[in-house]
Amino acid sequence: MKIRQCLALLMVVFFSAASANPQQDQVLFRQHYQKLFPQLNLNDYADGIYALDAIARESWQTIEEFPPYELAIEQGESLFNTPFKNGNHYSDCLPNNGIAISHLYPQWDKTQGKVITLAYAINQCRQQNNEAPLLYQKGNIAQLLAYIAYTSRGKLIDIKIPDSDHRALAAYEQGKQYYYQRRGQLNFSCSSCHVQNVGKKIRSEMLSPSLGHTSNWPTYRLKWGEIGTLHRRIIGCHKQIRAELPVAQSDALRHLEYFLSFMGNGIPFNGPSTRK
Amino acid sequence: MSSIKIRTKRLGDITQIRTLIAHPMETGRNKDEQGKLIPAHFIQELTVKHNDKVISSSVMGAGISKNPYFAFKFIGGKTGDKISISWQDNLGQSDSQDKILK
Amino acid sequence: MLETRRKFIQKTIRFTACFISAAGGLFNTIIANATWPADNFNETQLNDTLQQLFGRQEFIETDQIQVKLPKIAENGAVVPIIITSSLKKIETFTILAEKNPAPLIAQFTLADETEAYVSARIKMAETSDVIVIAKAGDAYYSKRIAVKVTIGGCGGG
Repeated sequence: MKIRQCLALLMVVFFSAASANPQQDQVLFRQHYQKLFPQLNLNDYADGIYALDAIARESWQTIEEFPPYELAIEQGESLFNTPFKNGNHYSDCLPNNGIAISHLYPQWDKTQGKVITLAYAINQCRQQNNEAPLLYQKGNIAQLLAYIAYTSRGKLIDIKIPDSDHRALAAYEQGKQYYYQRRGQLNFSCSSCHVQNVGKKIRSEMLSPSLGHTSNWPTYRLKWGEIGTLHRRIIGCHKQIRAELPVAQSDALRHLEYFLSFMGNGIPFNGPSTRK
Repeated sequence: MSSIKIRTKRLGDITQIRTLIAHPMETGRNKDEQGKLIPAHFIQELTVKHNDKVISSSVMGAGISKNPYFAFKFIGGKTGDKISISWQDNLGQSDSQDKILK
Repeated sequence: MLETRRKFIQKTIRFTACFISAAGGLFNTIIANATWPADNFNETQLNDTLQQLFGRQEFIETDQIQVKLPKIAENGAVVPIIITSSLKKIETFTILAEKNPAPLIAQFTLADETEAYVSARIKMAETSDVIVIAKAGDAYYSKRIAVKVTIGGCGGG
């Protein structure tokens, strides 16, 4: 009895330790897609479903020739350059003056002990400058993100989970567990569609790979008729699987984004983009 | 900020004009979050001019997508020529924008 | 006599106003833009619209009109279309979607020096044929393309 318990404990410790290895996770995650889609290289995953669906790709490329999110980039630039009431700018808060930084988020902030997404950083900047926070799903936040994304295009996603702070690893782990956790009336996890059934169709839609899921945000979804954020999309997905809706920029979704982004390290960032 | 973005490209003797316009193109059939019908609001007429000569005039309804995009081509166009695009919608609103060919 | 006449006019105005506001945007349409051919955009059958527009329902089908449309539209809200033609002296291109509530989407009138080329993004309510009609002189040509409009199983919010 004691030996069995001991073994059980050892196995728990072993697997926890084994799973607390983001690099390993990344390798296994990618291997799954590489086996299914040997024709794709890492860069291709920036195009999402359009790397797999040729008919949809053609339509997407036609629209990308003069994409509807150009209006949002322009508005975002204007918002970005407009000073706060106290005369400060977003560039005063953000690294590199807020230019070409999208590929570096989410980041672990040691001082705050938090995962910081770019959207979260924007609102923290506003808060520090006595401005009201922006809503996290659409509107001004999405336009600001569109402008910053545009300046970041082509940069390789580069998310860090510092060894020196075990809380960062814990946050990554939470994000990973969220990803694999079943939920909702349809009892799907993110992986149910985007790992186990990637490339297959659900009704007439092909399921996209999670590898590269964070590369193209914010996104002008044809369905929305406007630009929206990653968290808006994730919340929408929860609606579809009849699950309780998470809150945009909550710990749960920031950690999920942390996990997903880390999986995509090395993929060229290409926001803002268009999707259906 | 103008609602009209214009891009031009010279392809040999031909000038291509592409435009992206910020406009809701509401059909009048959609409902807002409170369940109320959003009134129809769409561009009805679009005019494209080259040096004040109309090269294309179009009538349309809400069957054109939101934030409409159009492209045209015409023979001619040289540096310094002016392209003008203007629209009018069903609520009496309008906008126009010029672009000088490089 | 005067009293009755006044009441009659009042009643007529009230009735008309009621009818017009019931017609929704139509009132604004008339006031804002007398030249917009509202009848062409009626919600009706394709053939009625074609009759309204061209006084006919039959056209010369031709491959000399090239219409690029996706075989399957990811989202019916934005379907890119590119029209070209090798026909000479095209005056207008008309785009219709058979199963849209109002089949007429747009009509483009082109000047002499304008190339037979139009690109646009259209809405399609459901799987349907898209019809492009080109007027060249007194002749009317048509091209029909079938487009599937998908209802996804996913899509998100």
